[in-house]
Amino acid sequence: MEAQQMALENNTNGTAGKGSRKAVIKIKDAYKSFGDNHVLNGFNMVLYEGENLVVMGKSGSGKSVMIKCLVGLMQPDRGYVEVMGREISTLDQKTLDELRSDIGFLFQGSALYDSMTVRENLEFPMRRHQKKLGDFSDTTSLVMEALENVGLAHAIDLMPSELSGGMKRRVALARTLILKPKIILYDEPTSGLDPITAKEIIELMRSIQKKYGTSSLIITHDVDCARVISERMILLVDGINYAEGSYNELSQSTDPKVEAFFKK
Amino acid sequence: MADRIKQFFVQIGDLSYFAAHFFREAFKRPFEFKELLRQCYQMGNRSLVLVGVTGFIIGLVLTLQSRPTLIQFGAVSWMPNMVGISIVREIGPVITALICAGRIASGIGAELGSMRVTEQIDAMEVSGTNPFKYLVVTRMLATTLMLPLLVVFGDLVALYGSALVENLKGDVSFQLYFNTVFDALEFGDLVPATIKSFFFGFTIGLVGCFKGYYSDKGTAGVGYAANTAVVVSSLLLFVVDFIAVFVSDIFYEL
Repeated sequence: MEAQQMALENNTNGTAGKGSRKAVIKIKDAYKSFGDNHVLNGFNMVLYEGENLVVMGKSGSGKSVMIKCLVGLMQPDRGYVEVMGREISTLDQKTLDELRSDIGFLFQGSALYDSMTVRENLEFPMRRHQKKLGDFSDTTSLVMEALENVGLAHAIDLMPSELSGGMKRRVALARTLILKPKIILYDEPTSGLDPITAKEIIELMRSIQKKYGTSSLIITHDVDCARVISERMILLVDGINYAEGSYNELSQSTDPKVEAFFKK
Repeated sequence: MADRIKQFFVQIGDLSYFAAHFFREAFKRPFEFKELLRQCYQMGNRSLVLVGVTGFIIGLVLTLQSRPTLIQFGAVSWMPNMVGISIVREIGPVITALICAGRIASGIGAELGSMRVTEQIDAMEVSGTNPFKYLVVTRMLATTLMLPLLVVFGDLVALYGSALVENLKGDVSFQLYFNTVFDALEFGDLVPATIKSFFFGFTIGLVGCFKGYYSDKGTAGVGYAANTAVVVSSLLLFVVDFIAVFVSDIFYEL
């Protein structure tokens, strides 16, 4: 465990052995409490360019809070959060919005806008990022490209209420991709899905990562998802990064708290 | 008890801050005209039937109930004046606003509440759109602009209902009835009623959006948001009405 902790310290300083890969997300000593509930207690994390990092933890362990701090939806009480070289807490609204266009966020429940069609859902993020997209008048081709990536081009004019859970997750993924982000944050991408659909979503995530070379931070408590997709894993326990390593390293750990995650 | 009083003032403070936030955002670019029009349609056009039916019945019932008493005093010819003034000054705006508090405030509370619960508001913010501007400002503007129009529509239908009773029971022609009504109405009846309708609309939008936007997590929170939106906005409407009548009395000596 000491070796794992050392690796963590090195990683948060951005000096760890990830070769020449640049750190795109850094969290250092993040604290967050809700009343007496201390969710993050000095959490540290680094995500490198092009990497698939999985953060695992029990429900209510602060994974979603941590990921929301990365896009400025929440602010940590203390600590340093940096995304693509910019400290989130120091950014004004305009700069934060520009930065957000480089970050895709797949929400746990898909978070599709109920009152809009699939097309409108995908067009919505484009409204504020015309500069990034160039020719804004040609939205249909961008929407179609994103939908084709997730195999749902035929669903373009459907309402979210007409889609199954898996289809909703795919459309949400397409909406995440529409601005061609450099980083994608996945909040429980397979939760609430049957094993087959979950597998399809995981495959989709892998193919997207391959195609666009994005850096991915995946928050999950699905061990199968972690096994398939992770290059590196962090276990979030009691608000700290309790252990870090590859899936194989962690799954063979004898530490009871680590073992608990991998028990079938 | 002290905690409840404190909580009451905290709510008033939060509501005031929310209203101030609305004014800060309402005049800042970018303006969400398309969404504003959509909301105006949703809130205005889709409330027409409800307001119309209610107004018609109110006009009808008010005339039927007042008729015997006015006949007793030999003052039945004053019916158009009495009904016209009472509907335009008070009954029309208050009933329409209460109907809209039930339909619109609960709808906004539930819609924004469920958007909060399902993280749609967070998704909007992450996509670079200011959700307060897109969801709250447009809805509050729509209720503020649409309520006066609904009140005018409701008043006209209520007067038509009243005229129908007079036509059937008292052989008063529609033309005579409406001529008498408009002769009886003065500037001091129309202006305060119209101005207070804007405030009624603002109150409905404000409370509905406030309750929905800050809805607690979970489906129970959505129900609670919708419910309290109706209760609080209905209560506030009477407070606003009292203030409006009080102020009108200073200017127009009602």
